[in-house]
Amino acid sequence: MDNKKFLNRIDGKVLSCNEQFLNENKLKGVYSCDLLSLVMSKNIKDYVWITVHTNINIVAVATFCEISCIIIPEDIKIEEITLNRAITNDITIISSKLNSYEIITAYNELLNIGD
Amino acid sequence: MVGDKDMNNTYEFPIYPDDFVSAGEASSAVRKMLKDMGIKPDIIKKVAISMYEAEINAVIHGNGGYAVAQITDDYIIVSIKDGGPGIEDIDLAMKAGYTTASDSVREMGFGAGMGLPNIKRYADKMTIRTKIGVGTEIIIENSLK
Repeated sequence: MDNKKFLNRIDGKVLSCNEQFLNENKLKGVYSCDLLSLVMSKNIKDYVWITVHTNINIVAVATFCEISCIIIPEDIKIEEITLNRAITNDITIISSKLNSYEIITAYNELLNIGD
Repeated sequence: MVGDKDMNNTYEFPIYPDDFVSAGEASSAVRKMLKDMGIKPDIIKKVAISMYEAEINAVIHGNGGYAVAQITDDYIIVSIKDGGPGIEDIDLAMKAGYTTASDSVREMGFGAGMGLPNIKRYADKMTIRTKIGVGTEIIIENSLK
């Protein structure tokens, strides 16, 4: 999966970025969940994680699970403190106007055409 | 770095009640130490998440406390000790989905009743010591090899 193509497809705005993210093509899948402990029980290294949570704790969860990026759907506003922590921890956070279903569908479509 | 080191490769970190901003600093600091030691990523994940869940429990339920991590080349032992109400029924607390967390905690994505089950999932050995009205200590042991 080409990260830049995926980002374009979901009309994603990069709010904090791990510098490698835009040049990598190693997304392994998409996971959508808002129970943080359930997220941490999964093996989702290099996944895109979609969550409606915007509190600072999502950065720790993303760090510990080694996810590729957090996507906040539906243009939900993200707390400043969360973005600052994401920048410090080198975690990519992307905002999209799409909802979770549409983001997952976009990912699948790109996957099916071999991108 | 957060955490004071003593002569026995033991690091101590404070945990503050209801403070979700500094919650995770102890587990993040330990994670970094293990990375610097060149420990395998899957082992680091086990240690960091089990410690983080215990930290969050101390923040949410335990009125704060402190974390102590003893790190050697071969293993890590983490103790998270809180000053909370204690756990009345450990079997019930271990049951996935059971929670006593408040609505505000659940709104942040915690309190799903999966904290202790996750600690058990990622710990090689987990020990719970609890006393009603005094507090709870969770001891998490993991091999680093």
